[in-house]
Formats: sequence, structure tokens, C-alpha cells
Amino acid sequence: MTTIADYAGHTATENVKQAFEKAREHESYNALLFLTEARALERAAQVDAGEITGKLAGVPFVVKDNYLAFGAPTTAASKLLQDFNAPLQATAVEKLEAEGAICIGKANLDAFAHGGSTENSAYGPTKNAVDPTKVAGGSSGGSAVVTALDIVPFALGTDTGGSIRQPASFNGVVGYKPTYGMVSRYGVLAMASSTDTMGCFATTAIDAELVMSIMAGRDDNDMTSLPDYFEPATLDKKLKIGVIQELMTDDVDSEVLGAVRAKIQAFKDAGHDIESVSLPIVKHTLAMYYIIVPAEISSNLGRFDGVRYGKRSEQATTLSELYGMTRNDGFMLENERRILIGSYVLSSGYFDAYYQQAQKARTLLIQAFDKLFEQYDVLVSPTAPKPAFGFGENTKDPILMYLSDAMTVSGSLAGLPAISIPAGVGPISKLPIGIQLMAQRKDDALLLSFAKTVDEKSGDV
Amino acid sequence: MTQITQDDVRRLAQLSAITLTNDEEIALQADISNILGYVDQLKELDTDGVEPTYQLSGLTNIFRDDEVDNGVDRETLLSLSADTHNNHIKVPKVL
Repeated sequence: MTTIADYAGHTATENVKQAFEKAREHESYNALLFLTEARALERAAQVDAGEITGKLAGVPFVVKDNYLAFGAPTTAASKLLQDFNAPLQATAVEKLEAEGAICIGKANLDAFAHGGSTENSAYGPTKNAVDPTKVAGGSSGGSAVVTALDIVPFALGTDTGGSIRQPASFNGVVGYKPTYGMVSRYGVLAMASSTDTMGCFATTAIDAELVMSIMAGRDDNDMTSLPDYFEPATLDKKLKIGVIQELMTDDVDSEVLGAVRAKIQAFKDAGHDIESVSLPIVKHTLAMYYIIVPAEISSNLGRFDGVRYGKRSEQATTLSELYGMTRNDGFMLENERRILIGSYVLSSGYFDAYYQQAQKARTLLIQAFDKLFEQYDVLVSPTAPKPAFGFGENTKDPILMYLSDAMTVSGSLAGLPAISIPAGVGPISKLPIGIQLMAQRKDDALLLSFAKTVDEKSGDV
Repeated sequence: MTQITQDDVRRLAQLSAITLTNDEEIALQADISNILGYVDQLKELDTDGVEPTYQLSGLTNIFRDDEVDNGVDRETLLSLSADTHNNHIKVPKVL
């Protein structure tokens, strides 16, 4: 797979045209919903004329289709927004464009980023880059696949409970989820505001770090963004690493366990101090997540009513019919499932038992992580309990689908930075496996400095 | 195990402003019962005296100057709506 550095020495127009060529060659994967050809070629010409310069001058990239971006509709893979042309661009996109990067298209996702396989897209599922008979993972499946297929050297995703890390592991690329608040969320469709983060896919941790360093920083348009703190660093010490034993049990696929254990042994061989640690509350995190996140979804998706934007139902004769029918036509069943659960756990009589209890449990989870991070620099687990699964395998039972997030949701609920890096392929399945590294909030620089030394493409392990 | 009825689903759909078909109501009734059954495990956790965490940033009220910002113009915003009239967004009758 290529890296960002491989794009130097070519004109921006050459890079962009090559990306479009590869995108067309790989159309059958259904990873891209739109190409932004006219705008991309125009910007490439500006870069080639020296009108736009920067750290990513002439480097093509793709954004998940829940980022508002010019040159194509922003649909969030839903029918509701099928003709929605964004009137502004996400801050993250603006920052990358200011450094000369060129957005060439919009990637497929589970509609409104609800899902773990990219099967919930209104425009059909995305196929896995390594084995097209398997799912891409999700919800940022399209972004993972375009990176793994080498269409572009990096792509943007969103991660609310694992939506960058899990598809990164399913497709054998690096996926980075920053500390909650490190990157502005302005101009990205809100899902669950207390855990939504903006991150990226790349083929190496070095590239992920470069992209994140450009996206990071406080933004006046997103008052929840943290004051600037992220500065890329070089690892200058041996780390204390904790392996979360509750995420390394026999419930995890044996190929995954084998690959992750081999990677941990490599960390040890590189001189890092490895210990097994216990995080008992982790077994409850999926339950917390599937209360808190639907609650926030039911509130955030209230705005999609067909009035100010979006595709209106044509049969409606009254305003309340317009709301109800537009939303039923425009949402997928999984969107409706989450909205209804959210309405349930927030309704009077259930608020204390569900929503409040989950938020209290979340405090206990954060306290448990804080305690571990007093002693350990990095915590390790598999990224997903098993490699990419087959189409339709988990769609009948939502809980089975939710279980594929079991390893990643705890970092989301605690706001931690986390990265999935490739840990090889399963000896029998031949499917990619990922290892997840997590650090304390705002320790993004430390986490990436370590990842750079252990991701086999950019590092020495 | 939390069981919810089809009437409960209808009430939730109404609260959520979503018109469901009968088949969707039945499918969601089963799914939501299962999911609530799964998340019920949290009731086992002792959270007496624990404060809830509603947000993670640790940030509190942030103020900015109240200045006019002509970010996106009116025509562009109105063009996003399916039906407009004289600089207003048009909707079907309320009742």
C-alpha cells in the first residue's frame, strides 16, 4: 500500500486522475457514493499552478459521506438527504484543503453512521477490500476500503463507538480515533454528541499522525473542541503497557487472540514492559453504550423533519404527517430502532432506571480507566472480537451486530484516544486482524509516537 | 426481561415523530424488547452516590463576542428546502 510520501514527485493533476482511475477500477466494492471530479481537477490545477501550497499539496483523499463537503451531495448514506448539497464545509475538510489536500469523493457508510458493517446504507453495502465476500465493517466502511485498495493514501471517518477502528481492523489499515474534543465536529452530521469524534484511516501511523496534526485544534464553530494541545512527538522511553484481560478471553476468535498475542510479544521484544491488567466493568460497557448513544441519537436526529432541507414525503397532507412520513421514508430500520430506544430510555418513568444509571456506570468506567492510566501508558486489546463477517450474518439480530463493537465502545465512553493497527492476517481465514491501543485523554502524541514504532510499515517491530 | 407491546412501539414512534407500518411496528417490538433485555444488566451495578457523566470535555460555558457573521446567505439556505414562497419555507397545513 502507498503512503502520503509516495504522492510527492507527481503533479496534483496526475495524482487526482490516478485516484479517479483506481476508483473506477474498484467500483464493484461500492466504497464510494460520489466522485467530486470537476472540483478536484480544478483544485489540482490550482495546486499545480502554485496557487495552493501546503503539507498535503496535491494529495488526494476521501471523506465519509457524513462530512459536509463541496462538489457532491452529502447524504449520510440515507434517502432523506439524497439531494442535499452542503452550503458549507466541515472544519476538518477546510483545514486539509488549506494544506493542499484534494477531496476526490464521498465514502459509503451505514446510514447516519448507525451500524457496524456498512450494510445499513441506503445505497447498498460496501465490500471488504481483502475478501469481497465479507463486510467492510462500519460504520466508516467505505473510507477504510478506499484506503486499503490504495485509491487514496488517507480517508476521513467518524468514530462514535468504534466506527473507525473496527473497519480499519477488518481491512488491514491504520484507523485513528482522537481524544474526544481534539478535532472540531463543525460540519459533520451529529450522531451521539458525547462520544462523536473525527479521525482518519491511513496505511501507516506516520501518515495518520500527519493528518491528525492538521485536523486538530480548537474551533470557534465548535465550542466543545478542546484548546490546542496536540503536537506530534517521537517516542523516547520504554512504555508500561497493560493488556486488558477481560478482552482477551475465549469468547474472542482464536485467530484474533493469536495475532494480538504475537503483536504483544513483539512489543515486549522491543523492550516495553507488558503486564496483564483487569478492567471488570468493561463487560457492562456495551449496555451503557446502547442506552447513552440511542438517547443522544433520538435527540440529534430530531432535526431531520423534511422542512428546511431533505427529501419530503409527497403523500403528506398535514405538517405532522410530513414529519412522520418523511422520517419513515428517509430513515433505515436501524435508524428508527435507535431513535425509538432513545425515546424509551429518555421518557419519564424510565429516565432514572436507564439513562441516568448508564451515565453513572460511565463514571465508574472512567474512574477505572483513570486508575489504570496512573500505572500504565498504553492499554491493549483486540480491535474486534472476530475478523470481518459475511453479508447478512449479523443483520437479523441487532445485538449480534452490536457485539462487534464490544472492544471499542469503552474507549469512546471514556473519551480516550485509540488506534487500530494491523496485526497480520488470520492463518486460516486470511482476513486482516487489528490490535487496539488506547491511552489517557489528551495523550494522543504519546499514543501515536508508540504506534509509529510498532505499526510494521512505519516502525521497526 | 423487559417486554414491550405493539402499543408501546406506537407510542414511542409518536414521540419520535416517525410513522411506522404495521410490519415495522412488529419487527421493532421484538428488537426493542431484546435490546432492553440486554441493557437491563446495568441494574446489577451499584451506583449509589456516583455522579453521572453527561459530557467529557470538562468545558463549561464559553462565551464569544456577539458579532454578525454572514456565513451562508439566505438564498443558499432557502434553496435547500423542498418548498419556499417569498423568502419563507412552506409546509402543509398544521391541522
